[in-house]
Amino acid sequence: MTKFNYTAKDFKSAAEVRWCPGCGDYAIMNAVQKTMADMDIEHKDFAVISGIGCSSRFPYYMSTYGFHTIHGRAAAVASGVKSANPDLTVWVITGDGDSLAIGGNHFIHLVRRNIDLNLILFNNKIYGLTKGQYSPTSDRGIITKTSPFGTIEDSFVTGQLVLGSRGTFFARSVDNNIKHTQEVLADAAKHKGTSIVEVLQNCVIFNDGIHDYITDPKFRAERQIFLKKGEPMIFGEQGNKGLILENGRLKVAIIGENGITPDDILVHDPSEDNLGLQVALINMTLPEFPVAMGVIRSVEAPVYDQEMKKQIKTVQAKRKVTCMDELLQSGNTWVVDGENCSEPVKFFDNKCFG
Amino acid sequence: MKNTKVIELEEVAIRFSGDSGDGMQLTGTLFSDTSALLGNDISTFPDYPSEIRAPQGTVGGVSGFQVQLGKKKITTPGDLAHVLVAMNPAALKANAAFLNPGASIIFDVDSFSEKNFEKAQYKTHDAFAELNLHDFVQIPVPITSMTKESLKYLELDNKSVLRCKNMFALGLICWMFDRPLDYIEGFIQKKFGKKSPLIAEANLKVLHDGYNYGMNLQHMTPQYIVHPAPIEKGLYRNINGNYATAWGFIAAAEKAGLELFIGSYPITPATEVLQALSERKDLGVKSFQAEDEIAGICTAIGAAFAGHLAITSTSGPGFALKSEALGLSVMAELPIVVVNVQRGGPSTGLPTKTEQSDLLQSLYGRNGESPLVVLAASTPSDCFYYAYYSAKIALERMVPVVLLTDGFLGNGSEPWRVPTMDELPPITPRRATNPELFKPYNRDPETLVREWAVPGMEGYEHRIGGLEKNAAGAVSHDPENHHINTQIRAAKVEKVVDMIPDLEVIGEPEGDLLVVGWGGTYGHMISSVNVMQDAGEKVSLAHFNYIKPLPKNTAEVFSKFKKIVVCELNLGQFASYLRDKVPGYQYHQVNKMKGLPFSVNELVENFEKLLEA
Repeated sequence: MTKFNYTAKDFKSAAEVRWCPGCGDYAIMNAVQKTMADMDIEHKDFAVISGIGCSSRFPYYMSTYGFHTIHGRAAAVASGVKSANPDLTVWVITGDGDSLAIGGNHFIHLVRRNIDLNLILFNNKIYGLTKGQYSPTSDRGIITKTSPFGTIEDSFVTGQLVLGSRGTFFARSVDNNIKHTQEVLADAAKHKGTSIVEVLQNCVIFNDGIHDYITDPKFRAERQIFLKKGEPMIFGEQGNKGLILENGRLKVAIIGENGITPDDILVHDPSEDNLGLQVALINMTLPEFPVAMGVIRSVEAPVYDQEMKKQIKTVQAKRKVTCMDELLQSGNTWVVDGENCSEPVKFFDNKCFG
Repeated sequence: MKNTKVIELEEVAIRFSGDSGDGMQLTGTLFSDTSALLGNDISTFPDYPSEIRAPQGTVGGVSGFQVQLGKKKITTPGDLAHVLVAMNPAALKANAAFLNPGASIIFDVDSFSEKNFEKAQYKTHDAFAELNLHDFVQIPVPITSMTKESLKYLELDNKSVLRCKNMFALGLICWMFDRPLDYIEGFIQKKFGKKSPLIAEANLKVLHDGYNYGMNLQHMTPQYIVHPAPIEKGLYRNINGNYATAWGFIAAAEKAGLELFIGSYPITPATEVLQALSERKDLGVKSFQAEDEIAGICTAIGAAFAGHLAITSTSGPGFALKSEALGLSVMAELPIVVVNVQRGGPSTGLPTKTEQSDLLQSLYGRNGESPLVVLAASTPSDCFYYAYYSAKIALERMVPVVLLTDGFLGNGSEPWRVPTMDELPPITPRRATNPELFKPYNRDPETLVREWAVPGMEGYEHRIGGLEKNAAGAVSHDPENHHINTQIRAAKVEKVVDMIPDLEVIGEPEGDLLVVGWGGTYGHMISSVNVMQDAGEKVSLAHFNYIKPLPKNTAEVFSKFKKIVVCELNLGQFASYLRDKVPGYQYHQVNKMKGLPFSVNELVENFEKLLEA
């Protein structure tokens, strides 16, 4: 039984959605709106913060409180919002350029502080709003308008960056798989701390099909592995492929071959503080491995905004100074009251304020 | 019976100077506090190197602290020192140009060694002759060896022993100025007593030995007696500009009934504002040490969006980094205050030295037409009131405010009659009150101010951002809308003029010369104008705290004087601003870019020249 009975529609604003027809953003927004409705948290307590980029228009299309900030800074603005009012449910909408290039510093420090925000990183491996320049997640060698002869730099792997920044929650999904994206977002929303959800998103205009090899629904079972807490890491059309550890490395094994039994397959536990395995899962690429989807890491750690609240409460429990007048009169003070002293003049009277 | 020479001065300036590791700042602070407790009016000026520990013994590593005490109201730390304490030859060299004729120089004779002469790049071994200090009272004191001797009985390592040297100097100066030691003793006990009783004992022993040394050798020590100043009745404390600034915001938050949030990044000389607020968790202050300057202001903007009184503190280079986000707060019309404790620039410039060269950056240093309110504090203690008023303007007018202070104000201290909260004007944030009528950019027809609705308030859900909007809050690229909104944002700032007092003229309202200053130069400006007035000249002072908008009566004040001179620690930024905003007058200029405050003498000389011409 829910308290508010919201539907996705309750989170849509009247503004005309202006993404390109066929853009992956539509599907992600639908998933977010559905997730918010299911969270059963009062509408007024949502705030959606974004930076700059195609995806960052997102807040305008939501009927919640929203703030479309400046390039790269959504994580910092959202950190201020959540620290000021931990009772809010704060979502950050950002992209690969916004969060991993110009806002890289804010991104890693947000993750390190573990502020209780949900950040959705739309990764389309390209700058869309500026019309097709390579981004920090573009693959080496890609030809774009600013790399007409191919890039000569390696890309970030979002999950590596998150775990390298002591991230407590990282998940991955694909824009065309709304149901799964919604499941992942629901887990992200439940997590206490910074939840980073990387959504592989298709830019139909400037990078169309960049994720197709991974995301083509026809090959979903073979090319993606859906990791679920407490379940074996199994994939494939026949459901007979699984991940095992061999000499400390991940390996795809086929159940029933070479003596592999279902018991040999790894069981996923995102709540285990096992950075090595989780990074290995994040690093899996085709064709040797399927690409890992779902909640890869979700561990508990102190949450910044709650710690801030707690610290103030702790200090205040033992405080000697309870208000400004007491502060002004505390410490080393002395009284001047001599015969040749004049009566005090209030500063703002002295300055003849009208 | 030896005859002690007692010199009575109305004002006396004492400068403590040594290696940056010699503890000169602490020595100076303790002496100032002791004097303030005795009822002297004081003004201090710490002058320390940007390298925390520059190479020992070099001129670049010299750290100084000057304090002026007096009978009358002290407005500056004094241009030239009457007494210099020099812990080594480098300190002597660095300060030779800042001494009153005939000043007394107390120096650690032990440190005047060949090695140290070399480090300080003396050409000869006769420092005083080389620096042309013949007519000065030289007081050689074997501070290092006396300190060692004094602590011989304690089992202390050499480093700890040498760290007590400053207490010897402090004891000696306390004797010279007839200061009791009890306040300093209390401080030492509190600082070291529990943690390291041995260090406490050592410091106390050396302090007393220094004091007694002065007493024993009084045949060579000129003594100064400085009388308490007659001032306003009330409860006083000593405060520096950075603390006053921080406390002004706490007071404003309390008055406004809001929580206070500071998002900030450490930067000299503004760091102390962040520190002072981080200390005040007892009053509920939320302090967020951000990953960089940009995050500092962006977290503040986020907190303002969420309904807090939000501020960020910085200095010139950090202010430059905050520009884009400051533009966002102009566009989003959110109330934040940015404190810029100015220092010498451009670039890293002179991090520990004072300057007023960020005025134009504050007024104009953003993309687009991006108007905001600019205020400047003028004394260490009035930083409290201008911080308070900056917050009031921001919250009542939904506009970002830049508060300019500077290194001189931030680090300088003075006794301050503390106000009570009921002396401060009310602050009424412009919270939205009717969800039916609310639109993000609906404006009050008089003040042009929009309403502040924050997440968590039911029925006010809305979106804002850096893109141009129409009144309903929808993104708009309509040419007419942008044209009008640009004018509205400018007019909204101009309308703040109704909240600010008229420009005050100190002296006669008309005369031969109007001296114009702004911000942190006030103490030196008023002193120099007083000198002119005492000499019978028709000179008055108009000192600005409200830069944008300017007070209503500015042109009227200017019209009553034959000449106007604008004095500032830059190449003439305020003068050029006045030429633009208050045209029709010839603005003479006095400018100084030495990383130092004006001296009263140089101002007086300039004024005299202008009157003769």
